[in-house]
Amino acid sequence: MTAIVSAHNLSKRFGTTVALDNINLDIQPGRIVGLVGPNGAGKTTALKAILGLAEFEGELSVLGLDPRKDRNALMQQVCFIADVAVLPRWITVEEVVDFVGGVHPRFSREKCLALLSKTKMKNTQRVRELSKGMIVQLHLAIVMAIDAKLLVLDEPTLGLDILYRKEFYQNLLNDYFDEEKTIIVTTHQIEEIEHILTDLLFIRDGKIVLDATMDQISERFSEVMVNPDKADAARALKPLHERQIFGKTIFLFDGIDPKRLAELGELHKPSVADLFVATMKGTYQ
Amino acid sequence: MSAAIPNSVISNNVIRNNKFTWLVRREFWEYRGAFFWAPLITAMIMLAIILMMLIFAEVTAQRAGVNFNGFNISNITSHVAEGDIEQVHSALDLSLLGMCFPIGIVLFFVLFFYGLGSLYNDRADRSVLFWKSLPLSDVETVLAKLAAITLLAPVLAIVAMILLQIGFLLLLTLDGFVHGINAVTLLWSPTHLVTLWLRLIVRIPVNALWALPSVGWLFLCSSFVRSKPFLWATLVPILSGILVTWFSLMQTFSLTSLWYWKNIVGRALLSLVPGSWAWFDLSAESLARVKNPTQVADAFLSLEVIGHQLMSLQLWIGVAVGVAMIVASVYFRRQRIEAIA
Repeated sequence: MTAIVSAHNLSKRFGTTVALDNINLDIQPGRIVGLVGPNGAGKTTALKAILGLAEFEGELSVLGLDPRKDRNALMQQVCFIADVAVLPRWITVEEVVDFVGGVHPRFSREKCLALLSKTKMKNTQRVRELSKGMIVQLHLAIVMAIDAKLLVLDEPTLGLDILYRKEFYQNLLNDYFDEEKTIIVTTHQIEEIEHILTDLLFIRDGKIVLDATMDQISERFSEVMVNPDKADAARALKPLHERQIFGKTIFLFDGIDPKRLAELGELHKPSVADLFVATMKGTYQ
Repeated sequence: MSAAIPNSVISNNVIRNNKFTWLVRREFWEYRGAFFWAPLITAMIMLAIILMMLIFAEVTAQRAGVNFNGFNISNITSHVAEGDIEQVHSALDLSLLGMCFPIGIVLFFVLFFYGLGSLYNDRADRSVLFWKSLPLSDVETVLAKLAAITLLAPVLAIVAMILLQIGFLLLLTLDGFVHGINAVTLLWSPTHLVTLWLRLIVRIPVNALWALPSVGWLFLCSSFVRSKPFLWATLVPILSGILVTWFSLMQTFSLTSLWYWKNIVGRALLSLVPGSWAWFDLSAESLARVKNPTQVADAFLSLEVIGHQLMSLQLWIGVAVGVAMIVASVYFRRQRIEAIA
């Protein structure tokens, strides 16, 4: 299958700062990819390049199109939610549905209205009268009613309470996602979405530091809780990271045989958040 | 077989044809208050003022008529009706146009601030990211805003002007009836009114062409600046004017500083004043030709003036400069996603 997004030596500089440093990646259709990185790592810059919102160096093809040249054609197949509250505040629910229906050839009005009927908002309400959570519901209803191939979500649930956040990803997974579609999502609430991701991309200082499927990650990485007497034996295996808890040490290993690790202590799968902390240590120093 | 056009192609064409309409409609939704209500409310205020003046005049006249010298409204009206109808119509034109002046001023402010915010406000509140998530090109977006500022808003203002004039004539007619005078034939000459209104409508495209340097300048500032578009848009031309005057730079081109203020600063900031082109090259000579004040309206509205304007080089140089700035604003619309504000 051809990749939905394919980047080769993708770079972007702002003056002397390197935002993206020769990134190479391929994103296959039917995946949900988490793009994770500390603040300022280049996530948003990468998404902007994919969406044709920023210039870049190197090669980048999205759905076989060049985002710089074919932005118009591209946006028929690509949707994005950039952040909460980017819907214009003056517009009414009715107007925004009419407008998108008027300009987007792949928008289904019926589907959008059906999704909206499950929410509390009224057609005549303006966006500025809606709560943050409702704005995201509205935006999601619009995006879900568009039959697009690629959906880009940049911190879509920032500032929402847990109920809205859960509902957001639940709707996305149950009523939208299928093997024809691809979703790229960035978020700092990584623990909430790790169960829905199929792929993980860690980005740090403009470089991809981890590019793996979730299956590969659970094969590669293990965490062991080790008693002090075996700590030195564990350190000899070159752990990625160690932290102390209740007098024991938790070691994170990459690519070490789990059977061998089981001899050192209690073995379990690391969470993406733990992996993230281990990979990104020292970023802000 | 040849008739079998895939549904998607049909719907794509429908979308393409309607896209522009939707974009203009979006401008109307966003600026409904400024485009629709502002001129209409101004018209209603003018009508209220006229009504109050009429009542005041009635009261004063009645008091004078009863208590002093028997002079009353019906005397004046019957006297004028015997006079030259043409002259009455000219005078009527002048008052019909004059009362629309405040709507023209309101329209100027509406257009000026619309232009200033058109490519800036959505960057400031980041909703530009939503618009850019839809399959709309920057050219289409800017052209829709151009259509809103040069056609949609002026057309709505002219509708308000016509409603005000009709309201005024209704009040005069009613006032006539109160005094037992039938002023219908005098006031409601259809050919006369339609001519007047057509002349107003004909001026929309001329106003639009004339306003392009200002539209271009406002769009350019609106699409370019990262904050404070008003200060940029006003201070840059004004400060440049001050510098030019200070150092007498225009003498290099055998021109005066006044020329710079009028043709550069003035055109950048004030071309959106409706009909400003007619005042722009009003010379002493053309004013001298106006012997009777009632002829001002005729002079102001004549097709000759419009024709003269359309043939003038300064109009088309302005158009070229305006178009260049609009093209630049399309470029910046593409580049500048976020304002810092």
